[in-house]
Amino acid sequence: MSHHKEEIRIGVYICHCGHNIAGTVDVTGIAEYASRLPNVVISKDYKYMCSDPGQVLIGQDIAEHKLNRIVVSSCSPLLHEKTFRDALVKGGLNPFFLQMVNIRENVSWVHTDTDDANLKARDLVRAAVHRVAYQKELTKKKVPVNPDVLIVGGGIAGISAALTMADAGKKVFLVEKEPTIGGHMALFDKTFPTLDCAACILTPKMSSVKKHPNITLWSYSEVSEVSGFVGNYKVKVTRKPRYVIEELCVGCYACVDECIFKEGKFPDEFNLGMSKRKPVYLPFPQATPLVAVIDDKTCIHFKTGKCQQSCAKACDRNAIDFNQQPEVKEIEVGTVILTTGFKAFDARRLPYYGYGKFPNVFTSLEVERMVNASGPTEGHVVLKDGSKPKSVGIVHCVGSRDEKTNKWCSRVCCMYSLKLAHLIKEHTGAEVYNFYIDMRTPGKGYEEFYDKLLREDVHFIRGRVAEVSDWATTSDEEGKLIMRVEDTMVGMVRRIPVDMVVLSVGLEPRDDAQDIRKLFNISCSTEGFFLEKHPKLAPVDTFTDGVFIAGAAQGPRDIPDSVAQAGAAAAQALALIDSGHVELEPNTAYITDTLCSGCKSCLNICPYKAIAFDDEKRKSVINEALCKGCGTCVASCPSGAIRQNLFEDEEIFSEIRGLFVESI
Amino acid sequence: MANESKPKIKMAVYWGAACGGCCVSVLDVHESLFAVIDAADLVFWPIALDTKYADVEAMEDASIDLCLFNGAVRNSENEHMAHVLRKKSKILVAYGSCAHMGGIPGLANFSDRESLMRRVYDESESTENPDKIRPQHHYEVKEGTLEIPVFYNDVMSLGQITDVDYYIPGCPPQTERLVEVFMAIVTGQPLPPKGSVIGVSGLAQCDECTRKKSDQRSVKQIFRPWEIEDDGETCFMDQGVICMGPATIGGCGVRCVKGNAPCRGCYGPMPEVRDMGAKLISTIGTMIDLEKEEEIEKVIEQIEDPAGTFYRFSLPAAKIRRKLS
Amino acid sequence: MSDNQINKQAIPANWKPRIAAFFCNWCTYTASDLAGVSRLKYPATIRVIRIMCSGRLDPQFVTDAFAEGADAVLIGGCHPGDCHYANGNYKCLRRVHLLKKVLKQMGLEEERLRLEWISASEGKRLAEVVSEMSEAILKLGPCKVKQVVEHYEK
Repeated sequence: MSHHKEEIRIGVYICHCGHNIAGTVDVTGIAEYASRLPNVVISKDYKYMCSDPGQVLIGQDIAEHKLNRIVVSSCSPLLHEKTFRDALVKGGLNPFFLQMVNIRENVSWVHTDTDDANLKARDLVRAAVHRVAYQKELTKKKVPVNPDVLIVGGGIAGISAALTMADAGKKVFLVEKEPTIGGHMALFDKTFPTLDCAACILTPKMSSVKKHPNITLWSYSEVSEVSGFVGNYKVKVTRKPRYVIEELCVGCYACVDECIFKEGKFPDEFNLGMSKRKPVYLPFPQATPLVAVIDDKTCIHFKTGKCQQSCAKACDRNAIDFNQQPEVKEIEVGTVILTTGFKAFDARRLPYYGYGKFPNVFTSLEVERMVNASGPTEGHVVLKDGSKPKSVGIVHCVGSRDEKTNKWCSRVCCMYSLKLAHLIKEHTGAEVYNFYIDMRTPGKGYEEFYDKLLREDVHFIRGRVAEVSDWATTSDEEGKLIMRVEDTMVGMVRRIPVDMVVLSVGLEPRDDAQDIRKLFNISCSTEGFFLEKHPKLAPVDTFTDGVFIAGAAQGPRDIPDSVAQAGAAAAQALALIDSGHVELEPNTAYITDTLCSGCKSCLNICPYKAIAFDDEKRKSVINEALCKGCGTCVASCPSGAIRQNLFEDEEIFSEIRGLFVESI
Repeated sequence: MANESKPKIKMAVYWGAACGGCCVSVLDVHESLFAVIDAADLVFWPIALDTKYADVEAMEDASIDLCLFNGAVRNSENEHMAHVLRKKSKILVAYGSCAHMGGIPGLANFSDRESLMRRVYDESESTENPDKIRPQHHYEVKEGTLEIPVFYNDVMSLGQITDVDYYIPGCPPQTERLVEVFMAIVTGQPLPPKGSVIGVSGLAQCDECTRKKSDQRSVKQIFRPWEIEDDGETCFMDQGVICMGPATIGGCGVRCVKGNAPCRGCYGPMPEVRDMGAKLISTIGTMIDLEKEEEIEKVIEQIEDPAGTFYRFSLPAAKIRRKLS
Repeated sequence: MSDNQINKQAIPANWKPRIAAFFCNWCTYTASDLAGVSRLKYPATIRVIRIMCSGRLDPQFVTDAFAEGADAVLIGGCHPGDCHYANGNYKCLRRVHLLKKVLKQMGLEEERLRLEWISASEGKRLAEVVSEMSEAILKLGPCKVKQVVEHYEK
């Protein structure tokens, strides 16, 4: 045990948190107990420690009782450690003389037996009292924040965030995986509830991105490596070869026209495979950037090497370059906004709805493309044989609110189903049936839109569709798709024959969400969407400082919410940038030279290469700027020469001792 | 004999549960022996002098200036003498690994009294003991009662049974270190704080070890020393051989490694380390550069008797100091 | 006291397992917060010590916790591939594998040391692990290490 030069004078504060803690834990009893622990000078309980009076109380006691260590026993340190550190500073004490005890999330909220809870709370307070005596004075290191920002994902959320940041004068790198930005919104024809044309409101934003002097747009690119820390991230972006020189291409379609494939032959991704494209193509006429791309998986040149390269000859700007290689761009940014979006539920996972089996079962996204004038059917909602459907059934909650697939409500399906019902009726005059579980239309103008549909003679049947089949039992059903459903309003099973079925697919985390999560060191919630730092108070922050999230990557949401969230994320990033610097938690490792034997056990274990070897001194040296404070080297150092600020061995051993020693 | 003008110090050397190596290390002072004899009177040294326990018990308290106690405490005789010598000595030094940390006899803490007795008196291949006769602590004969010491269940270090002034580690301690400490005492130099480990360098073995150490240590297989062709130049750890050197305080002059054997850890841990074996587990575990659980398991299987390896000299001084029954 | 006496010693009526839990800041500690926010219930057996990464877990903490009186030790870290610090959890994994082998030689029941990957979103998993472990330790009874450490058997 080390020798303390100063007398240790500890103040202990037990928070009631209203009834949150006091309802389970005997706060006055614990405070009385703590007052008898070694070095404790004063011990109090108080209704809300985090309130102003609670913080002032700490400051007053520091002065009055010459306290030099503080234990606050309240909620999680992840929530209020900063609050109480600030209270220490206001009281004239180094903020790192604080130790928090989590008796809310770790005790009162999870335990029902009050005796057990009190015993545990006492143990934890005792451990903190033991630990805090060993805590040292530390200072936070300030590092500047690089004002540049990286935005990953060029859907409506990414576009909005990019424009906000760029308008604020920040340099933005917008990275998009696909050849064009626009995301899912670019697929839509109209948007609910206003029925304004999606392209009309989106494409101006897309071209603003392209034109903005502060935005560097890298489409057809992916983030491949991220290192560094808040304010100072180093990012590698891999630009996939599109075999067309972006700077030269003007999107004139000459290459596409002259491709040796006279007609499109390969499924067009933008139209969800409902039309065909050539190996050289532009995703859609408003694609941004408006640059052709050659798909090397289908291009004859790449497959056989024997193509006459008519596309290259057709390009009078010599923009086609078959030798293009992946290019890695290295950038440095201070903040990151992840707007990587969602994946639509794959309707094949529910075989009883017949998607992929019956040609006239479509997904909602396919119908979105059909109703779009620039879509595969040029705006006509038609069956596979080209004829107009006379009756259409729309199935809600496909892959949502379902124990077997996804439990969550995808939030947008009710509204877009209503929109599609309206558009289908408008385009075809067909009878339209909506099969729903509950109608969920919260939002400005949403309920009104539902009301409008009710008046448009659209049928609403409350019940989850059990099956779509072609098994006709009456002559009316012959040649139709029969939708079997329990109509819970009338309490009977109905069979409704229709020409077309639309499956309103839900929103899921993207397949690459986990990769992105790992790259940026953030978390996902159980279902796989990015996890926010706090569901209410920090909805666009993550647990990794400087990395923000917005849009459907964080959870299902519609366009207005995505745009609002993008604004929030941009504001958070701007706040960080404009503060000019970040303060780093001083939990770095350091080497005690007099104990280091130069065994080199630590050199290869640091993931950040923060440990080097001084050949002259024959000792390891830690570069504090690179150390992120995981403490792995500290645990491994066979000599006990490596130590860690905030997590010193003696602090932890003392905490362990405090937990179990029965000092009273 | 003695030079009358220079008062000699009184010195005792005793062995508890020991192999005798520590006593030999005292003899190994070679020509320095003359300096020792010049400066000290040996009042008790069972290996060399015929002094009886009763003679020691009769000495005045604190009449011995320096007592080197080697060996662990494993029976009532060891314990009794530990208490006697504590009382009679001004400075009691736990001399050698066994007195310091329990040492090799301490490995018996992986077993217990009954198992050891059964093995030795019933089961060993060379034993024939149909009547299952075991040593008796008291045995009545017509001349009176014969006694042999009680064999303890636990092996203890000297410090666990009595108050120790200093520890000189090693199996055995490097003789030069003994001479240094001895000369410091006889010449009246200021002594370190009570409880210190003395006769050590203060840095782990690697500081003195001249073998080449890799900056990119990555071990994917563990070998026993005989399984590698040692080039005599590369760090044992880099060759996948467990060497206790990085966790062992220096002072021996890297004896084992100089003899092309990995360090076994007899000098004990660095001062900041509380549980030498656990610390080694940390270092070795970290070093194994594998991520798949099956592969990790396979490599760990290659470590023969890990508890015995990592706690070879320090089991009785470990946090978990014996096998739980 | 002989082994038998220890064995026979009745478990104190008020005995409840106490589990020292070393949780990494980013995953398992956050999961424990989530369990709280979600008001999940689990036995009041664990005593959490927060460390930044499971890579900070020094096996000395484990042996020390047992020696001080812990009935069991639970280590919680991020899932493989998810470590906030790239791969500290793998380093922890290797140490714990080796430590387990050593503790087995020491005669410690395997159930008393557990390493679990619990991500920030797995509050439920945390509650389950603590419940399971508490149950298992309740069956085993108090850990003997502290007793053995404190009483030399002669």
